[in-house]
Amino acid sequence: MALTGVQVFKLLPKTNCKKCGFPTCLAFAMKLAQGGADISACPDVSEEAKTTLGEASAPPIRSFAIGTGDKAPKMGAETVMFRHEKKFVNPCAIAINIKDNDDSLAAKAEEVANSEIDRVGQILRVEAISIECASGDSATYEAAVKLAAEKAPEAALILNCKDAAVVEAAVKAVADRKPLINGATDENAEAMAAIAKANSCPIIACADGLEALSALTEKIKGLGVEDIVLDSGAKSAKEIIVNNTQIRRAALKKSFKPLGYPVINNVIRDNAILEASIASVAIAKYASIIVVSSVEKWKTLALFTQRQNIYTDPQVPMQVEQKIYEIGEPTADSPLMITTNFSLTYFIVAGEIENSKVPSRLAVMDSEGLSVLTAWAAGKFTAAKIAVFIQESGIGDTLTNKELILPGQVAILSGALEDKLGDWKITVGPREANAIPTYLKGRE
Amino acid sequence: MSFVVPKESFNGKVASVDFGKDDKALTIGGDSALPFLSFEGELPNKPVVAYEIQDCPPDDWPDTVREVYKDVSGDPVTWAKYCQDEQGAKAIALRLVSTHPDRGDKSAEEASQTIKDVLAAISVPLIILGSNHIEKDSTVLVAAAEAASGNNCVIGKAQEGNYKTIVAAALAHNHKLIAMSELDINLAKQLNILITQMGFDKNKLITDPMCSALGYGLEYTYSVMERIRLAGLAQNDPTMQPPILGDVGMYVWKVKETVASEADVPEWGSLEERGIAWETLTATSLILSGANLLIMRHPSAIENVGKTIDELV
Ligand code: B12
Ligand code: SF4
Repeated sequence: MALTGVQVFKLLPKTNCKKCGFPTCLAFAMKLAQGGADISACPDVSEEAKTTLGEASAPPIRSFAIGTGDKAPKMGAETVMFRHEKKFVNPCAIAINIKDNDDSLAAKAEEVANSEIDRVGQILRVEAISIECASGDSATYEAAVKLAAEKAPEAALILNCKDAAVVEAAVKAVADRKPLINGATDENAEAMAAIAKANSCPIIACADGLEALSALTEKIKGLGVEDIVLDSGAKSAKEIIVNNTQIRRAALKKSFKPLGYPVINNVIRDNAILEASIASVAIAKYASIIVVSSVEKWKTLALFTQRQNIYTDPQVPMQVEQKIYEIGEPTADSPLMITTNFSLTYFIVAGEIENSKVPSRLAVMDSEGLSVLTAWAAGKFTAAKIAVFIQESGIGDTLTNKELILPGQVAILSGALEDKLGDWKITVGPREANAIPTYLKGRE
Repeated sequence: MSFVVPKESFNGKVASVDFGKDDKALTIGGDSALPFLSFEGELPNKPVVAYEIQDCPPDDWPDTVREVYKDVSGDPVTWAKYCQDEQGAKAIALRLVSTHPDRGDKSAEEASQTIKDVLAAISVPLIILGSNHIEKDSTVLVAAAEAASGNNCVIGKAQEGNYKTIVAAALAHNHKLIAMSELDINLAKQLNILITQMGFDKNKLITDPMCSALGYGLEYTYSVMERIRLAGLAQNDPTMQPPILGDVGMYVWKVKETVASEADVPEWGSLEERGIAWETLTATSLILSGANLLIMRHPSAIENVGKTIDELV
């Protein structure tokens, strides 16, 4: 919980020695409380005060990454309950659960390694593999974990096994990947926390219900492990939404530290569509990791897209840079089209131009990330602005024929544009992007 | 430190709106808590999913969903009965597509006949939707309200440009009314105010803040719905308390992900499941943000959203 200036002041030496650069301890305390100064500026402050202040200024939901490398999914650090208040920070990671005695383990791990897809300019992937100890056998488990690690070299690993002796061997085998240990229960917490601590791995705290879970995280923290992920035992969609909501509220609104950690939900169901649906409940409602049973392409595409929607910035639409993009290898005779810089618009239109196989240029005009019609209605995609953009770009000089193709939805602009761009021919293209391939081929 | 359940209680309450007749009538709304958070308030009615049918064959629906209805979609009565009897539909939404000037321009009288025929064939509640042509809907929906008189239907959609005649007709024939605005909480509020100022009971209104498909603006619909629900509950704003509609199917079954073949986009996997998942996830996201009534197309998507709802309550 944030401390007030006066509370901070009570923790300072109160000598007014000015070494911190402030005239008095109180002035420094006020600045600290606002987050405008760092406690280390005071050389005389006690260790105890530092700890208290450090805890008070820690984010309400602890943030850390699972695994290693640039692709290690980050979690936690969320600050709001609703996405319209402020951007949700760290998108929910998707993990597939594979049993250690599953014959297709290697193939499934490879599926994860090949799960990358580009959507609206973002590279999306299945981030993690959870290896479940179904065999109960330490050697089998260790071999499975190694195999998964090798086949999916960039995936985060989750060791799904409650037997500390089995986990210990497996952790050692992939210690450089900093696997997430799943996990600690009330019974095995000491042993599991010791393994996590020795290998600096994060750990999942598993308990039934939030009261037991709070006690367990305190216990684990007391054992020296701080990177904790919460498993509240939620199974049904109802338990997922209720527990996840209570956890986030407790952390954000009540500064309740024992639940100030990211959350994992298992959403495995027999029916693949239902599993995707329940997964989408967890993604929308505060999970940091979801565990699924399979990662078919259609399923991950839908989940990636929903996650992307939930985690976009509500204030700033996703946008691309204003410039003239070349698609294929356009020559001086190739067509020139124009659109706005809303990411969705750009990627749909550019994708269809690519599909047409007709080398083209696409002039993307800055319209503050608005779609064609929205930008037009908001006065950001007007004849005057388009004319300035096209003229300043100098693109006309590189073309055999000065012709500009407009989106069909703004056909209304063509007259005014012709007036403003005197020597240009303005052509109205199709209304919908999916008609672009036929249209472009038809022009050739 | 011991855990205390962090509860929030609200002064406001979503209106309960019933539609349909006799033992098949349905009620939506009545919520005094955020969606599915029953530990802190009342959520007396589960969200309802209506099967969408239309008054002409669904030539513009992609194969995945058109195939399902291929033997029945030639005639709205057969189609409606199939949804009710074979698919177990709890409600049916009839869209009068062919009244659109570009889609056949059928007259209001023809539409009225279709409505009467469909109503005679089914016992579950009927939602009657225009073709979303502002001027045409203002006559078609007026005739529709009369044709359906006494059936306690849901009629829609009244929009800023045509609400007056439609509201008057819904009022005269005692129907429930969908008010649609375009993805803006203030527009939604303003339209509800205009409609209630005409003497229309706010407890007979359903708000459609405009849907969008997964990947195509879903985040806007999601957040507008969340904000409407919060305004209704937390600020007790009576103009923000009608139950919310998500008209999912028509937005989903046209986006590339539900249409593009596996040959064209192998990296997207099976087309059939992709389409069904697209409709399912769009709908599931919207019930989480506040939708009380959904209009959907694919039986498998409807079934899975139903299972999700059952798990959520
Ligand atoms: C989401 C949305 C918003 C979002 C903004 C999203 C964004 N980043 O742009 C928000 C909520 C902020 C918004 C605000 C407004 N909006 Co708005 N909005 C929409 C909505 C629902 C979807 C727009 C969208 O994302 N489309 C998807 C993209 C991909 O479409 P697109 O850019 O047009 O591209 C397609 C085609 O044009 C074509 N294409 C694109 N480029 C090119 C190029 C060539 C060469 C070719 C051939 C084809 C082509 O391909 C694409 C796919 O087919 C539409 C209604 C609708 N369902 O269309 C209204 C709509 C565009 N908005 C509208 C309006 C009026 C506004 C506001 C002015 C007021 C309001 N109603 O809220 C404000 C203005 C914003 C501002 N800053 O001032 C009106 C415009 C009316 C009109 N015809 O003039 C619409 C049509 C709604 C309506 N019927 O009233 N809006
Ligand atoms: S350095 Fe420390 S003791 Fe000195 S004035 Fe600043 S806060 Fe006070």
